[in-house]
Amino acid sequence: MLRDRLLSPYQHGVSRVHGWSPGRKLGAALVGVVLVVLLPRGAWAAYAATAFGLLAVALAARLDLRQLGLRVLLVEPFVIGIALLALLRPGGLPVFLSIVAKSTLCLAIMVLLTATTRFSDLLGVLWRVRVPTLLVTTLALMYRYLFVLLAESERMQRARRSRTFVPSRTGAWRGGAEVAGLLFVRASERAERVYLAMCARGWKS
Amino acid sequence: MHIPDGFLDLRTAATAAVLAGAGLAFALRDVRRRLPARRVPLIGLAAAFVFAAQMINFPVAAGTSGHLIGAALVTVLLGPGPAVVAMTAVLLLQSLMFADGGITALGANVLNLAVIAPAVAALVYALVRRLAGSGQRSMLIAAGCAAWCSTLAAALACAAQLAASGIVPWTTVLPAMGAVHMVIGLAEAVITMLVLAVVVRARPDILEGMDSVEGRRRAMAAYGAAAGIALVVFVAPFASSMPDGLEHVAERLGFASHASQTLSPGFAPLPDYSVEALGGDSVWLSTVIAGGIGTLVVFGIAWWLARALTARVPPGRH
Repeated sequence: MLRDRLLSPYQHGVSRVHGWSPGRKLGAALVGVVLVVLLPRGAWAAYAATAFGLLAVALAARLDLRQLGLRVLLVEPFVIGIALLALLRPGGLPVFLSIVAKSTLCLAIMVLLTATTRFSDLLGVLWRVRVPTLLVTTLALMYRYLFVLLAESERMQRARRSRTFVPSRTGAWRGGAEVAGLLFVRASERAERVYLAMCARGWKS
Repeated sequence: MHIPDGFLDLRTAATAAVLAGAGLAFALRDVRRRLPARRVPLIGLAAAFVFAAQMINFPVAAGTSGHLIGAALVTVLLGPGPAVVAMTAVLLLQSLMFADGGITALGANVLNLAVIAPAVAALVYALVRRLAGSGQRSMLIAAGCAAWCSTLAAALACAAQLAASGIVPWTTVLPAMGAVHMVIGLAEAVITMLVLAVVVRARPDILEGMDSVEGRRRAMAAYGAAAGIALVVFVAPFASSMPDGLEHVAERLGFASHASQTLSPGFAPLPDYSVEALGGDSVWLSTVIAGGIGTLVVFGIAWWLARALTARVPPGRH
């Protein structure tokens, strides 16, 4: 259940933040991220001010703060992992701390955006700003079938596990590859059906 | 390998974004012109497939596990153009929806994982396929080599971007990322081959990607050039300024060669893979040599694995 909630970042709610137009929210988030990235290293007062600003927005949107924190923490290991490389150079500690702080703030901005905006609305924005049709179609189909394929993969893995009496590492690799391979076969068969259904509803490429 | 926000400086991020945009535009045009309409939904489904396949864990050791990256796999399954579009969609969704990979670093991430990785995979696949002949076994060998090379190329491009942004010194990040991803790439190669073997056994007819002669020839020319340009822009500046640059740093800090030496032995498949072994001024040369030897080793492993995988199903029976 935790994984399900983590996979769908949108938190439904009625608030002023939820009501802002998705285009404006996306634009604001992008500007916010760029501004944070442009902040100089070691500008701790500015980092703190940004953090308070974000907290205010989260409170105004009446979001579940624990879940927001969880989402940030989920990606944080990757940030720290790459930032650790900065420690390899002399005097790297301040650089490391600034980078981690800035990256975390950017993460928080994106987490706030996705918590208050549906992905389909974001897709609508991409469509309006003339992102190539093929890419938007791909994104829309991907988002539509992502959860279907994830559930399918989970079912196949469960079936595999329930038939594995003596787990081994080679067996796990074989089984994982078997699931992935069959998942692709099923996905491509599904794509053919999806294409026919799209044609039946008047789709033209 | 997803670079978060706040790591790249403006110049690097902008250069990467322009290159990524050019590569994506080329791929989109290629797909629109040459892909039959009935295969368009497959790109979206393939993107969802990559996302789902990345969630499947492959246990490595002591509770850690790895997962597929998938660039080489979709390249072989769908062809380079659709692979670029599908991988871009995966990265866009990950960064917009899960904040995995930064918005300002999106250009760099798309360039590394969705342009360079599929382009290198297509080039290597086409080359090895030509060397290793026809048939299922050569297909698997070529896919394994493609997966290894594309992982390494993406990692080197990523290292170059981080170094160009002044986050890390070039002399430590190149051996570190290179050595680690030589091992990660090996896992990627094995998983790619295993998955492809399953697909080929279940539905040999759905492989329309790299396995048409025309597709192979085009891939070698266009996507090979794209991969070359992208890598040269980021890696070449370091290669040319290398000799005195490295000596200067090593002299001034007295730590550069030491750091890269302590980093690599734990990970490196080659014991000689360090700055010292080939003389102080040749990180570049030693990387190229290590990469070459690594490629041969991977080719051998892929050969062996492909034989093991195809032996159970004689080609005549299908």
